[in-house]
Amino acid sequence: MKIDPIHQFNIEPLFTLGHIGNHTIAFTNSSLYMLVAVAIISLLMLASGTQLVPGRLQSVAEISYEFVASTIRSTAGAEGMKFFPLIFSLFMFICVSNLVGIIPYTFTVSSHLIVTAALALLVFFTVLIYGVAKNGLKFFSIFVPHGVPGYILPLVMFIEILSFFLRPVSHSVRLFANMLAGHIALKVFAGFVAMLGFSLGALGWVGGVLPLALTVALYALEILVAFLQAYVFAILTCIYLNDAIHPGH
Amino acid sequence: MAESHGGAKSPAAGAHTGADGGHHGGGFPPFESSNYASQLVSLAIFFVVLYVIVSKLALPKVGGAIEARQNKIEGDLTEAQKLKDQSEAALKAYESELAAARSRAQAIGNESRDKANAQADAERKALEEQLAAKLAGAEKTIASTRTAAMSNVRGIAADAAGQIVQQLTGIVPDAASVNAAVDASLKG
Repeated sequence: MKIDPIHQFNIEPLFTLGHIGNHTIAFTNSSLYMLVAVAIISLLMLASGTQLVPGRLQSVAEISYEFVASTIRSTAGAEGMKFFPLIFSLFMFICVSNLVGIIPYTFTVSSHLIVTAALALLVFFTVLIYGVAKNGLKFFSIFVPHGVPGYILPLVMFIEILSFFLRPVSHSVRLFANMLAGHIALKVFAGFVAMLGFSLGALGWVGGVLPLALTVALYALEILVAFLQAYVFAILTCIYLNDAIHPGH
Repeated sequence: MAESHGGAKSPAAGAHTGADGGHHGGGFPPFESSNYASQLVSLAIFFVVLYVIVSKLALPKVGGAIEARQNKIEGDLTEAQKLKDQSEAALKAYESELAAARSRAQAIGNESRDKANAQADAERKALEEQLAAKLAGAEKTIASTRTAAMSNVRGIAADAAGQIVQQLTGIVPDAASVNAAVDASLKG
């Protein structure tokens, strides 16, 4: 019995959609789980009714709505509500695909850097383009903090600019690494249980209780992380957008 | 990215090489660049679909439901406030009405009592006057009766004196002298 904690991240093409240049575009298991996430979000938001006294499903939909809306209002102000659909889509997409991905034998979309990087770059360019379009060159005043003595200003500006351009990196790697590491850890601990049992017999099964308990605890932690990382991604998006909306500070 | 993919693609159909690369390449799947294009394309498609659904359907619907509830609650609250004000006004009106009725009842009571008192006083006065008149009449009658009786007594006394004088002296006395003698003795 060989345990391969990396196997769960394999991309399996299900059918080919076409070719772009010499790249094959396939509908993969990753695509399938993106579709599942979109379907779950659509179902939750659209099939939940609009009753005056909400049912369970409608409550979930409305709590998601209020949660994201209040996050935006508190970090980016009322003007940030322009980006409500974007941030809501990002948050729900990441949250739902993370939560689905935690179910055994499923695939986690955000455990691939290319996906999280694409989302982070989407945010980065949204901030950049909106910031320049709205504020013109004043947008770049975010690189010049107030109250910094002139002689260290070049250094501070250099750091500010560097951190601005590294934002998509940290933004995407944070989510990717969390999901990847969590899933590998889960797989390794769960694998211990089977490995001990199959190799040591009865004693092994008894000894497997400890890694099993750890797996359960880790699983609970991973559910938290799945939600938390989606929230972190969304709130960072709000903070970055706040720079584009109010570059003055 | 293009290099590794090109290498994988040449021997067989693209889809299978991708799968083979994933299985047996021994590489780390998240860093296998041959899969990037597929993932980016599906992500673009599904994220755009999600964005459109969210912005055009889901958020207006859920936001509308929340807003409708908010409006309903606010409307209900104002309605309740209005009804409360109304009931308070009605209560106030009732109380003032009650106070007015009470004072009116008191006034009516006072008035009727005063009237009854006055009537009783008048009746009593009339009765007293009547009784006083009757008393006066009766006293007058008594006085006249007494006067009459007294004059009769004088006549009887004069008669008796005349008879007594006749019996004693055998002379019939003069009526005038008898009367004068009786009057003198009555006076004495």
